[in-house]
Amino acid sequence: MRILVVEDDLEAQRYLVNGLKEAGHVVDDAGDGDIGLTLALSRPYDVAIIDRMLPKVDGLKLVEEIREHGNVTPVLFLSALSEVDDRVKGLKAGGDDYLTKPYAFVELLARIDALMRRRHPSVVKTRLQVGDLELDLLTRTAKRGTSAIELQPREFRLLEYLMRHAGQVVTRTMLLESVWEYHFDPQTNVIDVHISRLRAKIDKGFETPLLHTVRGAGYMIRARA
Amino acid sequence: MRAPRLLRTLAFRIVFVYIALFAVSAASLLYFTYWNTKRALVSEGDQTIDAEVTGLAEQYQRLGLAGLADVILSRSNRGGQGLYLLTDRLNRPIAGNLDSWPSFQSVQGNFVEFDYQRHLGDQLVSHRARGRVFPLAGDFQLLVARDVDERYKTEKLFTTTLPWSGLLMLALALVGGGLISRNVLTRLDSINRTSREIMAGDLSRRVPVTRAGDEFDELASNLNRMLDRTERLMRGMREVTDSIAHDLRTPLNRLRNRLEGTLSQLDNESREGKEIGAAVDETDQLIGTFNALLLIAEAEAGVAREAMAPVDLPAVVEGVAELYGPVAEEKSVALEIAPCGAVTIAGNKRLISQALANLLDNAIKYTPSGGSVKVAVADTPSGVALSVADTGPGIPVEARAHVLERFVRLEESRNSPGTGLGLSLVAAVARLHDARLDLDDNKPGLKATLVFPNRVTRPAPQLRLAAPAQG
Repeated sequence: MRILVVEDDLEAQRYLVNGLKEAGHVVDDAGDGDIGLTLALSRPYDVAIIDRMLPKVDGLKLVEEIREHGNVTPVLFLSALSEVDDRVKGLKAGGDDYLTKPYAFVELLARIDALMRRRHPSVVKTRLQVGDLELDLLTRTAKRGTSAIELQPREFRLLEYLMRHAGQVVTRTMLLESVWEYHFDPQTNVIDVHISRLRAKIDKGFETPLLHTVRGAGYMIRARA
Repeated sequence: MRAPRLLRTLAFRIVFVYIALFAVSAASLLYFTYWNTKRALVSEGDQTIDAEVTGLAEQYQRLGLAGLADVILSRSNRGGQGLYLLTDRLNRPIAGNLDSWPSFQSVQGNFVEFDYQRHLGDQLVSHRARGRVFPLAGDFQLLVARDVDERYKTEKLFTTTLPWSGLLMLALALVGGGLISRNVLTRLDSINRTSREIMAGDLSRRVPVTRAGDEFDELASNLNRMLDRTERLMRGMREVTDSIAHDLRTPLNRLRNRLEGTLSQLDNESREGKEIGAAVDETDQLIGTFNALLLIAEAEAGVAREAMAPVDLPAVVEGVAELYGPVAEEKSVALEIAPCGAVTIAGNKRLISQALANLLDNAIKYTPSGGSVKVAVADTPSGVALSVADTGPGIPVEARAHVLERFVRLEESRNSPGTGLGLSLVAAVARLHDARLDLDDNKPGLKATLVFPNRVTRPAPQLRLAAPAQG
């Protein structure tokens, strides 16, 4: 995947670029908004990671500009600004996701994966499947193998999100933002409690567990261990 | 409604006091002039009478009663203002231009005043006169007087007009005061209206300045200069928060990146791996505290006022409670939500959710297994009350104000996880919303109540500003 990184903090940029390359992506980098704008408009990218505050052309302005040119590359904002309404500004300007510094690299990777998957949506699915776990999006029912699984509405949304990102790491913050639509610090790890309840429903009594904890990152649902 | 307010205004009081003082001094001046003029006129008349009396007394001594009568007769026929009457012992007139002995209206020292009938053409009119009475030998009496009718009429006119002019003056004062204070009130009203709008969060408003260039314009432009300054300070505050955020987050970001990068190359189970992992956790804790402090600073600076929108409070309660439900269940704490109707307040949904999450997190954390946590929204006359009540150990009365300060944690909770900023964030969110935060005894336990005064009466359409990335 081709990724554009526009970041003026050179050390953060180097780290970001190295990390993304290690993860197997092709990365172009820019140190200011001017170069970033030129690159974004001249080459196709799968995802652009743009710092909110940039020299020459500000991050918000940059995204507004490329959106005006009809460019729909998914944009992830990185911001070191105070966040109460800055997130809203970023999303209004045309950003697709917003991550506050300091962030965990796994969080960034997970979000980029999610953004890229959104870029290439497969045909509209009415049924999701991971291993022998099936989720019917029309009847809102779940079953594993032959046995039906009772799910609360929120548990269903949680499982749906995990299964849409099957094989990908999904972080706690991503779950809180996408499944609960909250953008705040929940103090204790409430997400872990919800996951363990979901795990009890879908994995208990089955030989192969599907819902895995990825240490230091989050969770992942996948068929093989 | 309007009239009592008008009476209470400063302008009206000033006008009223001024007019009252003016009325008193004008009346005193008029009265003094009146009194002095009257005195001068009276004494002038009295002197004339005295002079005449002296002349008559000489005649009487020289010529006796008959001579006196002759003189009186001749003087009476001269006409003019002089009045004379000489009577015998039976009170019969002997000489003079008065028909009969008059009845006196008043006696002032040696002088008497009386009314008499005077021929004016063929009409008889009553006139006022003033004079002196002298007893003569043989019970004869002499009255020497002068017609003072003109003076008397003027005096009477003056005394009857004075109260009316006073009343007229007061009436004019009331009308004038009303007009002036209404004029002043309109100007003050516009200043007050603007201040209220500014307090509601619209810092861009300015007090209108007219072209009159008067004291109100001076006040208005002073206020506007003050507002410019406040706005600059607020913007400065925001810039400071932003640059602190930026300048601290950037190195924190690098630190975390380096640690994470190192950790990925180490075996998680090795000694180094464990140490670096612990360092990452410490960094995350540091970041958490830093974020909470920044959020408090932002809420207190009123920066987040811009993001105020209608918030469906019961929906927020339902959502946050649902999020914490399993946490409570796992601890065997009953989480109850009191049912309530639709209540919408003006606020920042994210911060209200965060505040409620902090309260719920605390409540569940401190409530022992088997206890309960109750969340309620109530529409009270003083505002919309959002309360979280637990059955934990509670907070002693003397420590309640203290726990709202930053980094304060009670001795008993020192070792449980948390930043010590939870309640101070709730307090900051309350201040941002002009809400009251009460900590009460739940007997047993703690009952924290947020009372939001800014209720939105009309149910507003649901606003979803931030659409999160959805698979």
